[in-house]
Amino acid sequence: MTIYNESWEAVIGLEIHVQLATNSKLFSGASTNFGALPNTQACNIDLALPGVLPVLNEEVLKMAVKLGKALNANINSPTSFARKNYFYPDLPKGYQISQMDKPIVEGGFLDIELEDGTSKRIGVTRAHLEEDAGKSLHEDFEGQSGIDLNRSGTPLIEIVSEPDISSPKEAIAYLKSIHSIIRYLEISDGNMAEGSMRCDANVSVRKLGSKELGTRTETKNVNSFRFVEKAIQYEIERQISEIESGNTITQETRLYDSQANTTRPMRTKEYANDYRYFPEPDLLPVVLEDSFIKEIHEDMPEMPTEKKLRFIKEYGLSEYDSSLLASDKDLANFFETVADESKSAKLSANWIMGELSAELNKENLNILNSKVSAKQLGLLIKRIEDSTISGKIAKDVFEKMWSTGNEIDAIIEKEGLQQVTDLSEIETMVSKVINENPGQLQQYLSGKDRLFGFFVGQVMKESQGKANPSQVNEILKKKLKE
Amino acid sequence: MKLHELSLKEQLNGLIEGSFSSTELTEHYLNRISNLDKDLNSYITVTADLALQQAALSDERYKSSKALPLDGIPIAHKDIFCTEDVLTTCGSKMLSNFKAPYSSTVVNKLSSEGVVILGKTNMDEFAMGSSNETSFFGPVKNPWNKEYVPGGSSGGSAACVSAQLASAATATDTGGSIRQPAALCGLTGIKPTYGRVSRYGMIAFASSLDQGGVLARSAEDSAILLESMSGHDPKDSTSLKEEVPSFLDSIDSPINGIKIGLPKEFFERDLPEYVESSTKEAIETYKNLGAEIHEISLPNVDLSLPVYYIIAPAECSANLSRYDGVRYGYRCEDPKDIEDLYMRTREEGFGSEVKRRVLIGTYALSAGYYDAYYLKAQKCRRLVANDFSKAFESVDVILSPTTPGTSFKSGEKSNDPIEMYLQDIFTIPANLAGLPGISFPCGNHDGLPLGVQLVGNSLQEAKLLQAAHQFQKVTDWHNKFPEV
Repeated sequence: MTIYNESWEAVIGLEIHVQLATNSKLFSGASTNFGALPNTQACNIDLALPGVLPVLNEEVLKMAVKLGKALNANINSPTSFARKNYFYPDLPKGYQISQMDKPIVEGGFLDIELEDGTSKRIGVTRAHLEEDAGKSLHEDFEGQSGIDLNRSGTPLIEIVSEPDISSPKEAIAYLKSIHSIIRYLEISDGNMAEGSMRCDANVSVRKLGSKELGTRTETKNVNSFRFVEKAIQYEIERQISEIESGNTITQETRLYDSQANTTRPMRTKEYANDYRYFPEPDLLPVVLEDSFIKEIHEDMPEMPTEKKLRFIKEYGLSEYDSSLLASDKDLANFFETVADESKSAKLSANWIMGELSAELNKENLNILNSKVSAKQLGLLIKRIEDSTISGKIAKDVFEKMWSTGNEIDAIIEKEGLQQVTDLSEIETMVSKVINENPGQLQQYLSGKDRLFGFFVGQVMKESQGKANPSQVNEILKKKLKE
Repeated sequence: MKLHELSLKEQLNGLIEGSFSSTELTEHYLNRISNLDKDLNSYITVTADLALQQAALSDERYKSSKALPLDGIPIAHKDIFCTEDVLTTCGSKMLSNFKAPYSSTVVNKLSSEGVVILGKTNMDEFAMGSSNETSFFGPVKNPWNKEYVPGGSSGGSAACVSAQLASAATATDTGGSIRQPAALCGLTGIKPTYGRVSRYGMIAFASSLDQGGVLARSAEDSAILLESMSGHDPKDSTSLKEEVPSFLDSIDSPINGIKIGLPKEFFERDLPEYVESSTKEAIETYKNLGAEIHEISLPNVDLSLPVYYIIAPAECSANLSRYDGVRYGYRCEDPKDIEDLYMRTREEGFGSEVKRRVLIGTYALSAGYYDAYYLKAQKCRRLVANDFSKAFESVDVILSPTTPGTSFKSGEKSNDPIEMYLQDIFTIPANLAGLPGISFPCGNHDGLPLGVQLVGNSLQEAKLLQAAHQFQKVTDWHNKFPEV
């Protein structure tokens, strides 16, 4: 628990909207591709023409069941839809089809890892299906607004947490964990910048030890992990200072302004107080057969937590390495390929999180777009392990692989980088170095042990880095004594 | 006999035998419409060019022996059914400029069976009304007496079939909008089981109650048209998957032994003497046809009207939110901002009955009122439906008057919504329970027709049509037409 200002604590709940990666919309056959020209992906149903009716895209049911199972939750059957009524120009029907009484997912939890290595259980109240609204564009229209209904009707699942989160850091850990799960399940790309994952934060503060909840605010429009953290932090501090200066907190919806790093109250026009939910008469309640749920459950991929545990057990990795590698499905897959090829899990993990990550970050690349393939990286590590090249040279080789795209063995051969492991060759080089440095030899023999390093360096230089360092050590020790 | 005096079935035979062409039949109706409808106002749009094109194609199909099941029959569609490239107004100023870019499933189904579309019929605005006086396009007159209303909301469809300005017409029924005008205009009108006819492209009033159906001259004509309209539609999630039987196959079978239930709650009502006597006469006719008559009870049926006036407005308050002036339809002049656009578009675009129901519905769904109104109404709705299920354990059909009386004068009830709502007291229960109901003529009082209603168990349209047809074989109320 994070304590603010020594006597306050925060109570946080997140509502995470995840755009489901279906080909067509929740209730119509229109495409859901991102980035098409405005209003080219809105059919009669998305436009809410008179007389049109919604038909449920059954693909979303599978996705929601997967998510529910991954969140250790119950799947409601029958699950039913409701209308949420409010007027806004980018909401063509004047209501959003959502779920109220019988959300498809209810009563789950997620264990998140905290920075100190402990874990915390966050309750998941529910996750319900709903359709997205379109977009209102207020710029470039000279006193008018433009409306793009391409996004209208795109399937969303809203994951509502219990108010079990007590700090911005925990909120991020929870959010990242959800992000990791939806990516594992391949039900969403989870891209926050494109809006396929959005987060609203319910925040309140109370005196430490108090049982009663304070008045909460809901902060919307937070579109990156970093902003979620900052927005919550800001909101906690704002509420504490309001209360401490004798004011009360208004229950309201606030917008996060990422440029100013503040939140401000939303105009009441932008949301309604009474959504007048009632059951959607155009859709019958959906019955999900046990066999359907079971089949989906059995078909689910290994989830991040299971994978992490397996990495620890199977590869002998540390908790930290396993957790990091397992947090992203593609990264985990990459790691497994490298480890299988190299037969050295620890070294594979180090290389992926070291050199490879550095290069990826430098060029802002996703692991899937790595310029060095997992197989090639595995081979590189194998070449270190079988002493073909030294660890030092491996770094140069890696850089060459990255910049040229050439294969490891071709580079080693072309540049003649094979490590020298021929004992007689090393002996020759050692003798040469000793003979060429009589002064240093003298000092060494008179007790200046530190000069041993000098001789190693000289031999490595002589071999252009290709000599096997442990062999050099051994031979040097022997020769210097002679 | 003149062409318009022939029934749909007779016209179909005439077309098949080549006694006349669809073009002749269509032109005949178009002439009648242009001569007679200025006064009646049963059509909002007459699609003369489209009708003649369709008729010509139909005639070609007959010539090449490729005729479709309903080929060349001129019908009218209630203006609630979206019809591609044709004005589809729903009787509202709000959609007075709306040319639908697509056709409803009902329109498509009937077109693919070869019907000719004469036009779109007048109706109460958004199907809210029982007299066709709430239409933005003016009231429709009852062809039997032009001082009287034709009923509603499918008043235009009823008036045009009654005045023989179309062979038959499509219609919709949310609380009695097919059966009540059928009764008031001397027609046969059937509202099938909820989900039997697709609602796709049928402009929504109250989604859980709306159902498409037919207004025609006889049970036989209704059977022919309804069969072509019915069936599962993947575009309507509430559409029933059950196979549609041939409604005509069983229509000629005798009904001796059929068990007819008379709900005592309906007959205990204070009804005009002429309604009681006509209904009794109809019951006698059924007895003579071999029916068993049983008194039954629908103990919760009196809840129907209040329940309906919560659920229907609640659903309509959401269904009508899309008319906001943003994408199509009426938009107010020079809106100041988005708020002003909404407020004035809806203020100016909707008539007072629509506004009344949107307000009632919005109120009933509001926080703090939802449980007391909407939720309670849903529970009561189940009670009414359960009463019917129980009743159908002992009887095959339930008989009652269709309306509490014959038609009333224009303006007589326009200022008294409760009095107007009572028009549907016998028809609403079937909508709440999702059951099929049929109304057909059983008498005449002071020159105005009167109807009797049969309600059947779920999916029992065939039985209703059969019972109505057998009635019509031994009576001739359905063969009487007004002089227009």
